[in-house]
Amino acid sequence: MAEFIDLVLLGMLAITALGVIILKDLFAVVMLFGIYSFLSALIFVNLDAVDVAFTEAAVGAGISTVLMLGTLALTGRKEKVGSHTSWLPLVVVVITGGALIYGTLDMPAFGDPNNPIHQHVAPRYIEESPKEVGLPNMVTSVLASYRAFDTLGETAVVFAAAIGVLSLLGLPKPDRRAVESGLKSHLVLRVVAKLIIPLTILFALYVQFHGDYGPGGGFQAGVIAAAAVILYALVFGLPLATHVVQPTWLKVLAALGVLIYAGTGVASLFLGGSFLDYNVLASDPVAGQHIGIIVIELGVGITVFAAMLSIFYAFAGQAEGKNIQ
Amino acid sequence: MSFIVDYYNYWIVVFLMMAGFYIVISATNLVKKVVGLNIFQTSVFMMYITMGKVSGGSAPIVAEGITSYSNPLPHVLILTAIVVGVATTAVGLALIVRIKRAYGTVEENEFEDKEDLI
Repeated sequence: MAEFIDLVLLGMLAITALGVIILKDLFAVVMLFGIYSFLSALIFVNLDAVDVAFTEAAVGAGISTVLMLGTLALTGRKEKVGSHTSWLPLVVVVITGGALIYGTLDMPAFGDPNNPIHQHVAPRYIEESPKEVGLPNMVTSVLASYRAFDTLGETAVVFAAAIGVLSLLGLPKPDRRAVESGLKSHLVLRVVAKLIIPLTILFALYVQFHGDYGPGGGFQAGVIAAAAVILYALVFGLPLATHVVQPTWLKVLAALGVLIYAGTGVASLFLGGSFLDYNVLASDPVAGQHIGIIVIELGVGITVFAAMLSIFYAFAGQAEGKNIQ
Repeated sequence: MSFIVDYYNYWIVVFLMMAGFYIVISATNLVKKVVGLNIFQTSVFMMYITMGKVSGGSAPIVAEGITSYSNPLPHVLILTAIVVGVATTAVGLALIVRIKRAYGTVEENEFEDKEDLI
């Protein structure tokens, strides 16, 4: 049954990708891309990757779509029909694809437990991590403990990307003479948004702190919390949102998250362990692991929240500026 | 039939990758190129998660009565890659906004003429 669902969902994914190629209306392309992300998330669930599915649904279908729509608002929604010859790219793609398909025949069969990928570090993670780290969710154990250094790098990349966007576009200035914006006339949207926003923030906190036991963690929680504020900004207007969560705080928060993460590593250095070795954080190694993971997940959550929200502010500030002109 | 089930996921991955690649090299609109890049990227995610799957396995969260788990390592790699992916996409989109402001267009084939003017 799982194989059948896999066949159907992947087929739908391929059709969506074709739709993206064919359509010339960029608004429809971006919407299709949102659908594509949701389908990917469903496939990830079917392939047992619940944490990944969670992230894809929040990030791919949520934030990416909003950012792309924000860009379209500034650049126009129609793609012009190009004067390029269309057969050359097609030939290149067909040849490359044919070679890759030929290559897949050497891949190990799908789902076989004896595949090489399952033979090396994975058994150790699966068998030892519940004892060594003490968390039921192995993905969190590997993410935040075994591969903590890697995750520190990823967090720093998110931070760097936020700096990149801010230096390209700049943050909107908090405006006292707030221009009327947002969806003032949509009463239903405003009422529903008011109901949903607190629940979304509550859910983000749950995902943040329950990520050790179930699917979730700092990356997902940060994105969901940012989505709550983004929803507020979309419905009630950017000036109000920047009043509630000020852009200047976000700059501090984004740096603070990375500092918390790296600071945990330095703390474990001072306590006699190696960098990001949480065993030394408490007298009992498993308790130390738990403290370390909660702290660094918090750091990740804060940075991702601040980075995503400041990126959105930067785009929305541009669109708002264009509307005023 | 088992031959198809064994390789179907990889074939779809190749198809999606080529669809993304085709958009990147054939589209003239920069926003559409970014969408193409994202499709390309998602195909790589799909491949990693496909490789991590164990038939009859369960999501890698310890629960009573479950003996076989899927491989958690690809999940970790892809989870962080998705968030980094959206952050880098945002940088790309920000560049597009600046290009629009500087050149007045985001259609690739219109730049050459405009550059002559500057």
